[in-house]
Amino acid sequence: MDKMIEAPPQEPRDLDSPAGVRIEAVDRTFATRHRPVQALSGMSMRAAPGEIVAVVGPSGCGKTTLLELVCGLQAPDHGLVWSEPAALMPQRDLLLPWLGAVDNAALALRARGVSRDAARETVRPWMERFGLAGFERTRPAELSGGMRQRVSFLRTLLAGKPVLALDEPFAALDAITRQDMQGWLAHVLAEERRTVVLVTHDVEEAVVLADRVVVMSARPGRAVAELEITIARPRRRTDPGVVALRERALEALGLGG
Amino acid sequence: MVLLLVLLGIWELYVDLGGVDPLILAPPHAIASALFTDRSLLWSNFLVTAQEVFFGILLAAVAGFACAVALHLSSRTLRPAVYPLLVASQTIPIVILAPLLVLWFGFTIFPKLIVVALVSFFSIVVTTLDALSAIDRDLLKLMRTFDSSRLRTLRHVELPAALPGLLTGAKIAVVVAVIGAVLAEQAGADSGLGYLFEQSIPQLLTARAYAAVVMLSLFAISLFALLTLVERLALPWAHTSRGDRHE
Repeated sequence: MDKMIEAPPQEPRDLDSPAGVRIEAVDRTFATRHRPVQALSGMSMRAAPGEIVAVVGPSGCGKTTLLELVCGLQAPDHGLVWSEPAALMPQRDLLLPWLGAVDNAALALRARGVSRDAARETVRPWMERFGLAGFERTRPAELSGGMRQRVSFLRTLLAGKPVLALDEPFAALDAITRQDMQGWLAHVLAEERRTVVLVTHDVEEAVVLADRVVVMSARPGRAVAELEITIARPRRRTDPGVVALRERALEALGLGG
Repeated sequence: MVLLLVLLGIWELYVDLGGVDPLILAPPHAIASALFTDRSLLWSNFLVTAQEVFFGILLAAVAGFACAVALHLSSRTLRPAVYPLLVASQTIPIVILAPLLVLWFGFTIFPKLIVVALVSFFSIVVTTLDALSAIDRDLLKLMRTFDSSRLRTLRHVELPAALPGLLTGAKIAVVVAVIGAVLAEQAGADSGLGYLFEQSIPQLLTARAYAAVVMLSLFAISLFALLTLVERLALPWAHTSRGDRHE
C-alpha cells in the first residue's frame, strides 16, 4: 500500500511577488449553433496574491468564461491571461453520488494520484473544521444543500492550487443558508488565505467577502468599475460601509436608485 | 398473482372440457406433474442452459462495457464509424449464425456462449454508452483543473458513472439471452432445456416440453430479479441521487 503522506495545502504566498491573476484586454467569442456570441470584449482585471476579488455582473456577462480562462480551460482570442495554477469550484456542486463526503472532498487528491488512505487521512481533520463531522461517509443525496457546497469547496481547496476560482458558489442555496455560508466562507478564507476570484451576481455577497469588487457590463462583458473594500472584517451586511458600497456597486451595474 | 391463477384456471378448464387435444396444448396439471416427475432430467438440462446464459451474459458484459468505454474515449472520430457496424451486427439472423457456429465449434458450450453474448451485447453497449455520455461536462472540466490525467478521470469519475448503465443493459439482455441460448441449442446440442424441448415435441411429450418452457421463464425472471437486487445493493446511489434530495 502506498504510504505517501500528502503535503499540507500551500501557505499564503509572498504578497509582493508578481504572482496572482492578470487578465488584460481579453476578447473571447463562442461559435454557437446560430451565430457567434461575444462573451468578453476588452475585459481586464487583476488579483494580487492572497487577494479576494469578487466579480459581479448581470447574468450572461461572461463571468463563467472569465473563470474558465483563469483555470486554463479556455484560451482567449485576443489579450493576455496569466494566472497561477487555479482550481475551480463549480456553480453546481457536482459531487459524485456514489462517494461519501470524505471521498468526495478527497477527489482532487485522488486525481493527483494520492492513495485512497492517504487522501482520506488528509481530508479527515478538515471535516470537523467544515462542520461535516459525523457525515464522513454520507453520500451527497443525504447531505443538505449547505453541506454539499462545503464539501465542494473543501474539494477545491484541497486541490492545493494557489488560486481558487469560485463560480457563484451559493447561487443554488436558499437565502438563509446562503447568508450562513457567506459568513462561513469569510471565516475560512481568513484562515486559509488564497488568491480568490469569486464570481457572483449577488452584490452584497461580493461586498461582504471581497477585498475588491470588479463590476462587469452586460454581454459582451468587460470591467466597468472597480471598488476597493477596506471595511474591517468580520463584516455584516447591515454595516453602513457595506450598505454604502453595495449602493455604489449597484449604481455601477446601472441598477442604482 | 390472482390474474395468473384465473388464466391458469381457464386454460385448465378449456383443455379438460375437450376444447383442444392435450397433445397440442398440455393442461397446467400435466405440466405441473411433468415438472415433478421429470425433475432430475429437467434440472440437469437446466444447469446446462443456465451456464450458457450466465457465462454468455458475463462475456457480453465484459466485452460490451469495454467496447462502450472505447467508443466513449474515441467519441469524436470512431463512434460515427463503429455505431452503424454495431447496429448491423444485430441484424444478422441468429438462426442462420447458430448452425454455422455449431459447425465451427461442434456440440460444445462455445457456440451457445457466442450466440448468447451476441444477442446481449448490443443493449449493454447502448445503455453503458448512454450513461457515459450523460456525465456532466462541467465535471470533466473540474477534473482538468484538478490536474487529473485522462486515466484517473476515467477511473474515478467515468467508470463508476457507467456501472448503472451496464446493469440496465444486462437487465434488458436477460430475456433475449435465454431465447438466444435455446436457439443455439436447437441448432446443435446434446443437452440443455432448448435441446430437451426440441426432443420432447416429436416424442409427443408435450407436457415435458412445456415444463422446459416454464423453467426457462422462471430462470429469466430470477436472473432479472437477481440483477435488480445487485443494483440495489451495489449501486444504491443510482436511485437516490436521481430522485428528490433531502434538504
